[in-house]
Amino acid sequence: MATPAVPASSPPATPAPAPAAASAPAPAPTPAPAPGAATAQAAAPASPTDAAAAPAAPGQTAASAQAPAQTPAPSLPGPALPGPFPGGRVVRLHPVILASIVDSYERRNDGAARVIGTLLGTVDKHSVEVTNCFSVPHNESEDEVAVDMEFAKNMYELHKKVSPNELILGWYATGHDITEHSVLIHEYYSREAPNPIHLTVDTSLQNGRMSIKAYVSTLMGVPGRTMGVMFTPLTVKYAYYDTERIGVDLIMKTCFSPNRVIGLSSDLQQVGGAARIQDALSTVLQYAEDVLSGKVSADNTVGRFLMSLVNQVPKIVPDDFETMLNSNINDLLMVTYLANLTQSQIALNEKLVNL
Amino acid sequence: MASRKEGAGSTATSSSSSAGVVGKGKGKGGPGDSAVKQVQIDGLVVLKIIKHYQEEGQGTEVVQGVLLGLVVEDRLEITNCFPFPQHTEDDADFDEVQYQMEMMRSLRHVNIDHLHVGWYQSTYYGSFVTRALLDSQFSYQHAIEESVVLIYDPIKTAQGSLSLKAYRLTPKLMEVCKEKDFSPEALKKANITFEHMFEEVPIVIKNSHLINVLMWELEKKSAVADKHELLSLASSNHLGKNLQLLMDRVDEMSQDIVKYNTYMRNTSKQQQQKHQYQQRRQQENMQRQSRGEPPLPEEDLSKLFKPLQAPARMDSLLIAGQINTYCQNIKEFTAQNLGKLFMAQALQEYNN
Repeated sequence: MATPAVPASSPPATPAPAPAAASAPAPAPTPAPAPGAATAQAAAPASPTDAAAAPAAPGQTAASAQAPAQTPAPSLPGPALPGPFPGGRVVRLHPVILASIVDSYERRNDGAARVIGTLLGTVDKHSVEVTNCFSVPHNESEDEVAVDMEFAKNMYELHKKVSPNELILGWYATGHDITEHSVLIHEYYSREAPNPIHLTVDTSLQNGRMSIKAYVSTLMGVPGRTMGVMFTPLTVKYAYYDTERIGVDLIMKTCFSPNRVIGLSSDLQQVGGAARIQDALSTVLQYAEDVLSGKVSADNTVGRFLMSLVNQVPKIVPDDFETMLNSNINDLLMVTYLANLTQSQIALNEKLVNL
Repeated sequence: MASRKEGAGSTATSSSSSAGVVGKGKGKGGPGDSAVKQVQIDGLVVLKIIKHYQEEGQGTEVVQGVLLGLVVEDRLEITNCFPFPQHTEDDADFDEVQYQMEMMRSLRHVNIDHLHVGWYQSTYYGSFVTRALLDSQFSYQHAIEESVVLIYDPIKTAQGSLSLKAYRLTPKLMEVCKEKDFSPEALKKANITFEHMFEEVPIVIKNSHLINVLMWELEKKSAVADKHELLSLASSNHLGKNLQLLMDRVDEMSQDIVKYNTYMRNTSKQQQQKHQYQQRRQQENMQRQSRGEPPLPEEDLSKLFKPLQAPARMDSLLIAGQINTYCQNIKEFTAQNLGKLFMAQALQEYNN
């Protein structure tokens, strides 16, 4: 399997050959045929000379190293911009994607600062639903980026065998910023998918939060001249299947245990701990007692909620309820009895046969 | 399933030879003990299994996949998994072994554990004790001693609590399967009852710190309304379905018992007939001797009385095991429901 080859040619070299190197990669990235990985050569940030080369090669695509990729306003340190962003599509993420990204970040090679991978999913009229992903090996250094595109293609084929409806939607990267290399990688992915999305998951926990953002690239700049690329943010929503939500609820419980381990409880314990009702109830009770003893001033809205809560219990004539309850309990008891009976029957049968 | 068995076998051997240690010599217990006392699963694996079923496996089809991980002392850690495509019509041009090999090779490139440690399967209302599962698990366990099969019950999960169980074949059953001898005598000798076919291994879920951070983030950001299915009282449908399946199995069981009984009766009748024939022969021979004629040749009794085919005991064992599982599921279910009913009663009492 071809791993990304460190290009033996010039890029980190002196500025003089840089313009030549800058024009050389232009044909190279386009087809990525069988001979191993297609490498993207980001020319060294020798921008002045590159800018000189720019008019000489107007056919160069926007993604070459001339206009550095710009992140929009969110480059200001601070909390993430709230959505929804007007005019943008909505990206719906499943939790399995994020868990997968975090896991591949934890398994990254020594020295790699971030990991990248492909996002798979389905496209809808208004939204894009990302349902699967896989990581792609890549090498990144100051000057260049090499992505193993053949690996990506192979994996996509394998994944398609299981879920034929999934398409390549874009790619993800860990880390909290968008770098120049991202632009190039984004360009590769734009060959695989129309208008790919780029997802960043901040595993370095800047600002104490793991921010998850999605972008789509748009051209910007003065038309007619060299165009740059801008990443515009998209609204990120989380989509869950019912069963996924239950799974996530369970997994979330490991946050509370000291060694991050939980067992799968059974039967009655689950009902008791269901939906954190006991905690909720004790909070409410505490609040009510505080209000009664005067510690906290009474809030009318809360009071109204409490009253509607208590009134939620349906008022049923006690006799009717008794009959309902008893018949249900009888059903359940009968079924338990039958189940036990069946079990003893087959055990008996076993003994008889083995005589 | 047959090609998958070979695939598992060959993959296991290749992975064990290429990847080195597959848990050999890791403090095995005595011959009666099982090599795995606990299964530790990453949260990621749980999510992937859930997603796989949700997307690809509607209806009564089962979805399957492979578990990857490693063995640490007597604990089996499952760190990743990948799904297996289902058997479709165009089976011919699909090579399962190759799919598996390619997948594992690719995963190795991104540093994911590529050791094969088991497989998972979804189930419909708990009916997973089949011959196919037994065969697959046997071949897995034969190749890799610590492998388990994870059974994921999506319908029970949708009712509010994740239902994931890990099973292994007991060493006794492994012995029997190795001999491939499923006749009644062999099974009697091995003293296998349906309760000792599969053993359940306790599961724990473990997450890394970073995943915990992710969970906190998700909880803050995604204000998904809790639906509290677990507290729903309207579950008679589920119960009815379970009972229906149980009844079908019991019917099968009774048919099997009838077959066995007829077999026993026929064998004893045949024995009697053989005995009678022998006696008659002896009498005739004595008469002939007294008359001076040569005795009749001893005929091969087995040719005259063809030995009856003993009915396969394995199937009835499996049915018994399945009935057992159904009963246990039903009991769990009724216990939960009783709890809920009493809770509802308490609320009502307070009201009045």
